[in-house]
Amino acid sequence: MQTTISKKPATLTLWRRWNWLLWIAVVAVVYTWAITGLHFTGLQESAASVSRSIVHGLVQPDWSYVYNGSGEDLVSLILQTLAIAFLGTIISSLISVPFAFWAARGGKEWLHVRSGSGKVILTLIRTFPEIVLAIMFIKAVGPGSYAGVLAVSIHSIGMLGKLFSEAIENMDRGADEAITSAGGNSAQIFMLATLPTIMPEFISYTLYRFEIAVRSASILGMVGAGGIGTPMIFAIQTRNWPRVGIILLGIVLMVLLIDSLSEQLRKRLI
Amino acid sequence: MTTQVPRRPWLQRWHVKPIAWTLVILILLVASSRMTGVDVGMFFGNLGQFTDLLVRMSRPAWDYLPIILHPLYETIQMAILGTTIGAAFAVPFAVLAASNLVHNRWLRGIIRLILDLVRTLPDLLLAAIFVAIFGIGSTAGVVTLAIFSFGMVSKLFYEVIETIDMGPLEALESVGANKLTIIWYAVLPQIMNQFVSYFLYTLEINVRASTVLGYLGAGGIGVFLQRSLNEFNYSQTAVIILATLVVVMVIDGISNHLRRVLL
Repeated sequence: MQTTISKKPATLTLWRRWNWLLWIAVVAVVYTWAITGLHFTGLQESAASVSRSIVHGLVQPDWSYVYNGSGEDLVSLILQTLAIAFLGTIISSLISVPFAFWAARGGKEWLHVRSGSGKVILTLIRTFPEIVLAIMFIKAVGPGSYAGVLAVSIHSIGMLGKLFSEAIENMDRGADEAITSAGGNSAQIFMLATLPTIMPEFISYTLYRFEIAVRSASILGMVGAGGIGTPMIFAIQTRNWPRVGIILLGIVLMVLLIDSLSEQLRKRLI
Repeated sequence: MTTQVPRRPWLQRWHVKPIAWTLVILILLVASSRMTGVDVGMFFGNLGQFTDLLVRMSRPAWDYLPIILHPLYETIQMAILGTTIGAAFAVPFAVLAASNLVHNRWLRGIIRLILDLVRTLPDLLLAAIFVAIFGIGSTAGVVTLAIFSFGMVSKLFYEVIETIDMGPLEALESVGANKLTIIWYAVLPQIMNQFVSYFLYTLEINVRASTVLGYLGAGGIGVFLQRSLNEFNYSQTAVIILATLVVVMVIDGISNHLRRVLL
C-alpha cells in the first residue's frame, strides 16, 4: 500500500525537479530571438563627440534662459507645463468617476457584463498612446497647450478609472447599509455614504496621477502640444546643448518638487 | 454630573479647511485654463475635423499589416533587451540602497538620490537625447529603455529587499559567512520570485513605452506611426494602433499569468 501512495509524488517530484530546464530553454529561445533580431548598426562615429558636448552643456547650462520676460523662457514654460498637467488631471478625475462606477464589479450583476465592458473600455483608453492622442487633438484645436490638456485629460481616464473602480470594489459597505436601513433613497446613499467613504482614496489617486501627468506634459510638447517639450526638442535638433542642459535641470527640479509635495499630501490623506 | 455636548472648534464649525482647499483649487483651475488658452467653444467648433479624422481611422488599411509585422517584433525585442539590461544594473544599486543591508547612511542616501534623479526623466525625453547620440535606430531605443527601467526596477527591488526576513542573514553572519555568501544563500532565495514578478511588470510598461519611442527615431513600430501620421494616412495609423493594442494585451496576458504562478 505504501508503494502505491509514493508512486504518484515520485513522478511529480521528477517534473518539479526538471522543469527548470524547460524554463531555461524558453528564456534562452526568447533572448536569442531578441538579440539576433535587432541590428545595432545605428552607432554613429560622432557618438563620442556628441556625448562630450552634451556633458559639457549639462555642466555649463544656459542660465540666461531661466527668465527673460518674453513668456518663452524656462520659468513660464514650466508653469505652463504644470498648468497642462493640473487642468488635464482635474478634468479626467471628474470624467473618470462615472467610468469607475461602470467598471466596478457589483454583487447582483449577471455574468459581469456591465463591469466587464467597462473594464475593456478603460483598457482600450489606457493602451491608446498619449502622443497619438495629442497629435489628433492638435488637428482639432491647433498646436499649443490646449491640445496637451485634452490629451492628458482623455488618456488619464484609463488609469484613474481603473484605480477608482478598484477603490469602489474594495470599499467598506457599512455606511451604505446604514443609510439603506434608515430608509434613504439611492441618491442619499450615494451622497451621504458612498462618496465620503471613497473620497480620500479618489483624491490620493488623483494626486498620484498628477505626478505622472507632469512627466507626460513635459514631453507632449515634443509633438507640438505645448509646455516645456517644444523648446526641448528644438534645442536638441539644433544641437544647442547648454539650452538642453538648463531645460533638463528645470524638468528634474519640477518633477522632484511635485513628487515630494504630492507625497506629503497623500500621506496626510490616508 | 453634568454632561456637556463638546463644542466644535471654530475651524471646524465654519468649515475653514475645506473652503480654503476649494478656493485654492478653483484659483489654480482658472489660472491654468488662462495659461493654456483652453477654449471650450473652439473644441466644439472644430469637432467636424476631429470626427473626420476618427471616421478615416475607423477604416483600417489591413493590407498594411504585413509591412508592420517586422517593426512590431523589433519593438518587443527592444523592450526585452532594454528591460534586461536595466534590471541587471539595478540589482547592485538596489542592494546598496536597502536600509537593512547597508548601514552606512551616506552611501545609501547618495545611491537613492541618484535613483530619484534617474526616475524623474520621462522616457521620450531620454529617447530624444539618445537618438542625438547614437543616431536613428533601435540602439537608442534599447539604451533609453534600459535607463528608464533601471530607475523603476531599482526602486521596486530595494523595497522588496527591505521586507525580507533577517533571520537567515543573522544565522549565516553568526557562522562567519562573508557578504557575498550571505546575499547568495540568505537574500536571493527570499526575493527571487518577487524580482521576476517586478521584472515582468516593468517589461509590460516598457512594451507600451517602446511603441512610441520610434516617433523620435528610436526604432520599432513608432517610426511607422510617425510616417503614417505625417502623411495624413490615418487608415494606416489605425492598423498600427490596433496591432500595438493586440501586442500589448498579449504581453500583458502572458506576464500576468506568469506573475500569478510566481507569487
